[in-house]
Amino acid sequence: MVVAISVLTALVMFLGAGLLWAGKRLRPDETSLTEQINALLPQTQCAQCGFPGCRPYAQAIADGQADINQCPPGGDEGVQALAGLLGVEPKPLDTSHGEHKPPIVALIDEDRCIGCTLCIQACPVDAIIGAPRLMHTVIEAECTGCELCLPPCPVDCIDLVDRPQAYVPPKPASAAIPIRVRAA
Amino acid sequence: MSQAAAGLRLHGFHGGLAMAGQRQVSLEVPLAAADVPERIYVPIGQHQGRPGDLLVAPGERVLGGQALTSSEDDFEVPAHAPCSGKIVGLCERPASHPPGSLRRCIEIIPDGLDEWAPPTPLDDWATRPPGEIIDHLRSMGLVGLGGAMFPTAAKLRGPWAAIHTLILNGAECEPWISCDETLMRTRSEAVIRGGRILAAAVAAERVIIAVEEDMAGIAAGLEKALAARDSGVEIHIAEVPPVYPQGGERQLIETLTGLQVPSDGLPQDIGLLVHNVATAAAAFDAVEIGRPLTERIVTVTGPGIQRPCNLRAAVGTPIAHLVTAAGGYREGVQRLILGGPMSGTALPSDEVVLTKGSHCVLALTERELAPKPEPMPCINCGECVAVCPASLMPQLLFRALAADRHEHARDLSLLECIECGCCAEVCPSHIPLVDFYRHGKARLRVKDLDHRRAALAKRRYEAREERLAQEQAEREARRRARAERLQKAEAARDEIQAAIERARAKKRAGD
Repeated sequence: MVVAISVLTALVMFLGAGLLWAGKRLRPDETSLTEQINALLPQTQCAQCGFPGCRPYAQAIADGQADINQCPPGGDEGVQALAGLLGVEPKPLDTSHGEHKPPIVALIDEDRCIGCTLCIQACPVDAIIGAPRLMHTVIEAECTGCELCLPPCPVDCIDLVDRPQAYVPPKPASAAIPIRVRAA
Repeated sequence: MSQAAAGLRLHGFHGGLAMAGQRQVSLEVPLAAADVPERIYVPIGQHQGRPGDLLVAPGERVLGGQALTSSEDDFEVPAHAPCSGKIVGLCERPASHPPGSLRRCIEIIPDGLDEWAPPTPLDDWATRPPGEIIDHLRSMGLVGLGGAMFPTAAKLRGPWAAIHTLILNGAECEPWISCDETLMRTRSEAVIRGGRILAAAVAAERVIIAVEEDMAGIAAGLEKALAARDSGVEIHIAEVPPVYPQGGERQLIETLTGLQVPSDGLPQDIGLLVHNVATAAAAFDAVEIGRPLTERIVTVTGPGIQRPCNLRAAVGTPIAHLVTAAGGYREGVQRLILGGPMSGTALPSDEVVLTKGSHCVLALTERELAPKPEPMPCINCGECVAVCPASLMPQLLFRALAADRHEHARDLSLLECIECGCCAEVCPSHIPLVDFYRHGKARLRVKDLDHRRAALAKRRYEAREERLAQEQAEREARRRARAERLQKAEAARDEIQAAIERARAKKRAGD
């Protein structure tokens, strides 16, 4: 009896210590999960999700502090990809953070620009070039269309235009399988 | 069969279709030159690369063969004036693809004098290094004349290992098209000598000129031209079976060598290079005669054309002018196609201008365009699998794309599809398979572009974060250093004293 109890106690203590050690050493890799989530985000860096960029949002999702449907540029397709990665149910996009829009880029009206550099400081991807009191311009290939340059502009010289898209031929209509409904 | 071809064992490729060739229709009339139109619109961005910088200004008079745009690298191919005349300026003309798009062109009013700039041949090209030949071909505006208009210099110069065989593609496999056959009939000498130039540019050991078996007399004509010259490299002439799409680069390579080009690679990776026969003739013009590429042979044919023929026409000629040169339209013409009936694109109007890659203008009437029966569901018969020259499984691709599963289609090698149209041709359910593949491929391309864009944005965002953090740290360090200095009473007094002195000195200087 005593032997049995002591053997079991020793066994439990040993296994417990092993599990404790494993729990400390083999912690799930938080950074790699954040990276995986970040890879699915569109990298617009628009902060519409309420976090200052795509990586902070990915971090928040990984930590369980944010929902997966707060990214308007990613749209429903992005939510589905995140749901697939995390193994949770997909849900519709939370439109309180913004609507999903076709891709856009910023365009500076160079006649109106006064060269205040405020938009340069606001751009999260350094896609605006210019110098104080000199005209600024947007590098179209690097602009993500995040709209963060709009609020700081004192003369409202930045417009958003559609990003030129490659031509996609339309998808032909598939043949519908004819279904005959029998009269009851 | 010729002696040279005897040493060459032909293989074959999977699938393909034997087509009723309507090539003879346009071969009844000998090759003629289309007269110069009233206005010529030379496209400046006519290939896959960037357009060069403009070298001419409105109102300027240009000579034939004068360069209109510059060329910085191998992907920037210059455009040349096809005749002498006055530059009007830049204009936008409808493009053949994508629908509704415009292409920027230089408008020239020909003056009818046809004065040409002095020719600039590359003397003693055989003794020059390959790089010089390639530079010369680039400056003469050479692009692939088979249809894709890939810059020739970029195809010749690359990071690949030695190229042992140059294949000259004279296998036009589509029905109706006969421009390459006409070229080989009229300029067999130029094709062979151009082949030698291209072979020298990549230091290839042998050249294979592929023609189709049903091109009567072409192989014999090439043999004769070959015998007349003592050529430096080994040149074979191979007659390949007329199976569509024999003229496809990968299909032709498999027929001639039995090798398959890796799916993520180029023919150059296995030591092969394929050029169109017309590109070889243009290389001859550029190097030995010193004439830039400003014209090409184009087949104007179809049941909707009065007098189907092959025309030598200047690049930048409106299609409408070519149709007039071929006797005009016939009654009941419904559709104009640029390219062949299998893989060509329907034109929005005949305002479109001839580019270096336009090999055929096909006018179809109501009879050929009889409405296709409504598509029916796929019955998995496997006909499409049997004919696919890329050895794909078209029915599975169709199923994936109909369900919008683009990544699944990518796994099924959708991007390997050459859009030849064989599968749709044999489909008993009349499913427009190629339209599905074109849609799916375009969607995948857009997706890949988005991914690349996102990766770039991520990189730039991270670089900016790093820079901001560094600036913050530097500011912090400076602030701390100042605070530390001011804490030592002695040093602080000295510093304050020094500041007062500086202010006084400044004031005195000001007075």
